[in-house]
Parts: sequence; structure tokens; C-alpha cells
Amino acid sequence: MNVGMYLKMPKLTSGAIKVWRRNKDVFMKNAKLNFLPPFIEPLLYLFAMGFGLGLFIEEIDGVSYAKFIAPALISVSVMYGAFFECSYGSYVRMYYQKTFDAIIATPLSIEDVIVGELLWGATRSLISATLMLPVIALFGLIDIPYSLLIIPFAFLAGLLFAGLAMCITAVTPNIMSINYPILLFITPMFLFSGTFFPLNVLPEIIQYIALAVLPLTHVVMIIRSLTFGTPGLFLLWHLLWIVVVCFILFVVSVNMMKKRLVI
Amino acid sequence: MDSVAFSVEEGEMFGFLGPNGAGKTTAMRMIQCVSPMTSGKLEVFGMDVNTRQREIKFWMGVVPQENNLDPDFTVYENLLVFSRYFDIPEDEAKRRVDELLEFVHLEEKRDTMTESLSGGMKRRLVLARALINRPRLLILDEPTVGLDPQSRHLMWDKLKGLKKEGVTIVLTTHYLEEAAQLCDRLVIMDHGEILVEGTPEDMINEYIGPAIVEADNDPNVISCLDKHQANYEILGDEIQIYTDDPQEIADHLLSECRLTSVTARASTLEDVFLKLTGRKLRE
Repeated sequence: MNVGMYLKMPKLTSGAIKVWRRNKDVFMKNAKLNFLPPFIEPLLYLFAMGFGLGLFIEEIDGVSYAKFIAPALISVSVMYGAFFECSYGSYVRMYYQKTFDAIIATPLSIEDVIVGELLWGATRSLISATLMLPVIALFGLIDIPYSLLIIPFAFLAGLLFAGLAMCITAVTPNIMSINYPILLFITPMFLFSGTFFPLNVLPEIIQYIALAVLPLTHVVMIIRSLTFGTPGLFLLWHLLWIVVVCFILFVVSVNMMKKRLVI
Repeated sequence: MDSVAFSVEEGEMFGFLGPNGAGKTTAMRMIQCVSPMTSGKLEVFGMDVNTRQREIKFWMGVVPQENNLDPDFTVYENLLVFSRYFDIPEDEAKRRVDELLEFVHLEEKRDTMTESLSGGMKRRLVLARALINRPRLLILDEPTVGLDPQSRHLMWDKLKGLKKEGVTIVLTTHYLEEAAQLCDRLVIMDHGEILVEGTPEDMINEYIGPAIVEADNDPNVISCLDKHQANYEILGDEIQIYTDDPQEIADHLLSECRLTSVTARASTLEDVFLKLTGRKLRE
């Protein structure tokens, strides 16, 4: 296998913005339905886990359970927003709707299409985070103004999960098979990234593995520091991890999709 | 594909014919700059398809084999969203969309989602979409497949109209009558190679002759034909005799060979096609 082929830097052009706009237009056609989950989901989780389960938990790391999981809820929705858009969403557009085929018959290139899809996936994360913030703020669970930094950060983190999903879309033999990486990677990540209990209760080796390979761990660390209003220099290390992995996944996913689609 | 060489003149209608798997769609995809070529050279508008894809695609319209309309949008939105990919300013795009909807008789469907259009309407919308950038070259991969006769004739009329306006048209088709009607010149392909190139008339004259006489497959007829050194072919229980003078052959057969059923007809492109590519079924 020629590894270099997957590391070729994609050409970035304004064509990607046109693909992004196409997806945004479709999203806005069903705006009412699409805007609902980011409002409803945090409410459900906060009531069930924060205020229900939380009754039995005095405090975690010196804060109430609801306050502890609030940043996790935002992080998880950042992950899901981009991941589902660029896995199931992109696969449907690519395979069933042939949208990509139609677009590459115009001056746009396949790279424009994939970059546009990735940017749109990241935008979904940004939209989710932005809509959730006021709901959670209503319960007094997050620090303002630090938490406002979550909005731009959601785009960066979203781009990482979009790239991850796009790599899966590039190799999945059919739509059902997308379930495997979800079961084996996304769901464990959802549970073991310091989301609903602190990472440090896990065996040390598992903690290191989580930090090494689970992007959500770093996302939760950053978002939690922001909602707690206690950012520190250690966040730069997490940010660096995210930027590097995001960049690699971005480049590799575009090349993997090119390999799948150029025949 | 190999050993494929062709050139299409500006303003002509050029056809690619061939059985399934002959390489027609691959050829179309190469012209469209979406399938890379491992070797050889292909120029569109005098530009290399490997390096100047954006410029080439800017002047090209494509009707793919499979309708790939955007099911997330209405008829009108499909065209408008597509216009953005060509950087057409919005005001101008809206004017063109209205014009095109009228051109393909879909004004009344403008707010319909594409899923609920009939097959013929979808095909017409794909044609309209291919024209949004006022292309100099229009590529159609089996434009009339699955259409009823009314829709097919409408499509033919539209293509002839476009040709009159100076649009160069390249198409593939399985319908040989369509190719004979529309194409100024065409090629017949098989197994990734071009077998022949020319005008439909020249091909018929060269490979078949102007007429065909058909008779039942019978040993008497065969010996009779051999005696006259006729040019014939046995196809199952039928014999086809290629000739310039069907009257004479028919008379001979009826008088000398004591035959009952003989038909004479003009040769068609289909006869050329079957002669060159054989009658074996393709996968």
C-alpha cells in the first residue's frame, strides 16, 4: 500500500463552500425539526441523570453531578453531530442519492465535495453546541463568558469527528456496516472518555489508552474546563492533540474518499 | 479501454454505440474528466482532460445514464442549486431556470419534489440541469432509456433544436433507430475498442448494402443461393441475403427455388450493429 497517497494535501477551493451551502439549504428546509434535538436532549439527560441519578451522588470533583455531566452532554452532541452527518449522511448522499456524482459533473472536483461535506459536518457540531448552551445555562450549570469559547471550539472538534466518520464512509461496504465502528469505537468513547464519571477512577493503563486514542477525552477536558470557568495552560496540550489528529484525519479522509470515488 | 481514437467536430451530433460492457460509459466518463486515463491523450475544446478539468467542465453539460437529481430539493431548487456550482449570478440563474423549465415543459412542476416526477419528467429535468451553464458540449449517456415513445420523440426534438443552436452533442444509445435519426457520425464499439466510424448511411452501405431479403432457412434455398454466389448469412431459422437489388433476388428465389415466404426490406443500422458485434448475449 502506498501510504504517501493518503497524505496528499487536498486542494482547497471555494467550491467546497458551494457544497457546504447545498447541505445547509437542505438542513434549513427542515429547520424546525433539525433545531429541536439540541434543545430537548440536554433536558432529558439533565433530568434523568443530573437530577435523577445525581440524587445518589453527593458530588464529583467538588461539583454537583448535573454540573459534572453538563459539559459531557455538549461534548457528546459535538461528537454525534459531525459523526452522523459524515457517516450515514454522507453515505446516503454518495451512494443512494448520487449527489456527489451530479456535483462532480460541474467545475467542482471530488476534493471540493468531500471538503464541503467535512465543513458541513463540523458546522452541525457548532449548531448543536450553540443551541445547547442557553438551555444548560438556564439551569446555572455553566460559566459565562468562558463557555462561549465552546462555540468556535465545537467547530474544530466537529471537524475531527467529521474526518473520522468520512474515513469510515470511504471504506464501508454498505450502510449497515457503519454500525460496527459505532459499536466498537463510538459507543465505548461515549462511555469511557471522562464523560459520566472521572477518567481517574479507571485503571491507569486504561486512562493512558483513553488519552491516546479517544478524541472525545480531550474534547471533554477542554469543554469541562470552560463550563467550570477554570481554563489553564494544560488545555493547550489537549488542543494540540485535537489540532494534529484533526488535520491528519482531514487529509487522510479526503484521499480515502478520492480512492473510493475515482474509478 | 484501448485502441480508441475519435474526433468530434464542433456542432455535430456524434454517437457511441456498442453492446453492454463495450466501454461507452467509460468513454463518456473520460470526456467528462471524472475517470482518469492511465495512458493516451484526450482533449476537449483543445484542452487536456488530465490537467484542465475545471475549465472543460465549465463548458460542458452532462446527462448521466442514471438520473441523479437531488431528492432533497424541488424541481426549481434542483436547477438553482446546480447553477451555483457554475458561479452563475443568482439573478441570471433565476432567469435561466424559468427559461429552461419552459423549454422542458416543467413549469407546472416547479415546486414538486423530484421523487414524485414521472420517468419522462425526471429525464427532461436532467436535460434542463445539463443546460444551466449554456454548454458548448452536451454529453448524454443513454438519454432516452426507459422513456415512452412520446417522451422519446420530445427528447429527440429538443436535441435537434440544441444542435441547430450550435451545441456539439455526444451521446451513447442502445436504440439504433435513435442513432440513425440523430447522429451525423457515430462509432460502434465492442470490448473497449472502436470497430467502425462513419455516417449511418455509409456504414449501412459498406457493411450490409442498401437492402436485405429474408427467407426461411431451407437447404434448397442455400444451394440455390450458392449457385448464384449470393452474399448471405444464416441466422437460426432465417436466412438474410444482402443485396443492392432486392427485387431481383426475391424474384429469383420465388421462381427458381420454389419458396413461399420471402420479405425484402431496407437495411438498417441494427443490421450493421449485429453483424459487427455478433448476436451473442452480453452480460
